[in-house]
Amino acid sequence: MITTLLFFLFAGFAIACAGLMVYHKNPLYSAISLIGVFIALACIYMLLAAPFIAAVQVLVYAGAIMVLVIFVIMLLNLEEDKPLTRLRHLYLIGSILGLVLLAQTLFIFYAVKKSPQSAQEQADAGLTLNIGRAMFTEYLLPVEIAGVLLLMAIVGAMVLSRRLKETRLDIAQKEKRR
Amino acid sequence: MEPTLASYLALSGILFTIGAVGVIFKRNAIGMFMCIELMLNAVNITFVGFSRFYNDATGQLFVFMVMSVAAAEAAIGLGIIIAFFRNRISVDVDDASILKN
Repeated sequence: MITTLLFFLFAGFAIACAGLMVYHKNPLYSAISLIGVFIALACIYMLLAAPFIAAVQVLVYAGAIMVLVIFVIMLLNLEEDKPLTRLRHLYLIGSILGLVLLAQTLFIFYAVKKSPQSAQEQADAGLTLNIGRAMFTEYLLPVEIAGVLLLMAIVGAMVLSRRLKETRLDIAQKEKRR
Repeated sequence: MEPTLASYLALSGILFTIGAVGVIFKRNAIGMFMCIELMLNAVNITFVGFSRFYNDATGQLFVFMVMSVAAAEAAIGLGIIIAFFRNRISVDVDDASILKN
């Protein structure tokens, strides 16, 4: 009973924050709403008996990635989103896509019959011990590939942020200084 | 009445829908980036849900992989956005039209 109550509380919070994220024109408000979604999802993971994933969710998503995003928003000093000037038919396409996806979501309730209706009695899969054991025995190669991917991302980010020639931003700043 | 697997999948589907619609509606690149992060998180709920209902750690391993991909995507994506801002003084995706024609 209490699980159901908490599920609907956190699910409602996540959906409301996600809606606000798309609704807000100011990117900073969107980012803060997205942090709300991430915290609510961490609570949902706790309900699903996955404390390790919940902790990593808060550390990596709400901690690292969103701080980086907010850092970039502050650095670029973004103004508010302008409404669509051209490609106005995108609103129609987006609405149709949303309706189709929502219909598929409702179809889940009819389709999911074979899967277990109630959770397993023992819930030890989410313990850090079992995840670590699986990570370093059965799934060692994928974990190492993920490490190589992160290394490539570091190198790529450094290459991207290198300044090869004078950009338009440099010229604008030089003229402002004059 | 405990929440069943279907309710977790439905939550995931609703969040994915909001993210997909947001990618189309948002104008600035950072907004689109955040909507993509939301879609990745929606998929993570299905992984953890299946992991719980079958008591199998594989789903949670996969969430770990998705998170490292999201971290790599954040580094590269924000690098691209900053490089784009330097050359266009804007992050509006409508200004990214150098390959047109």
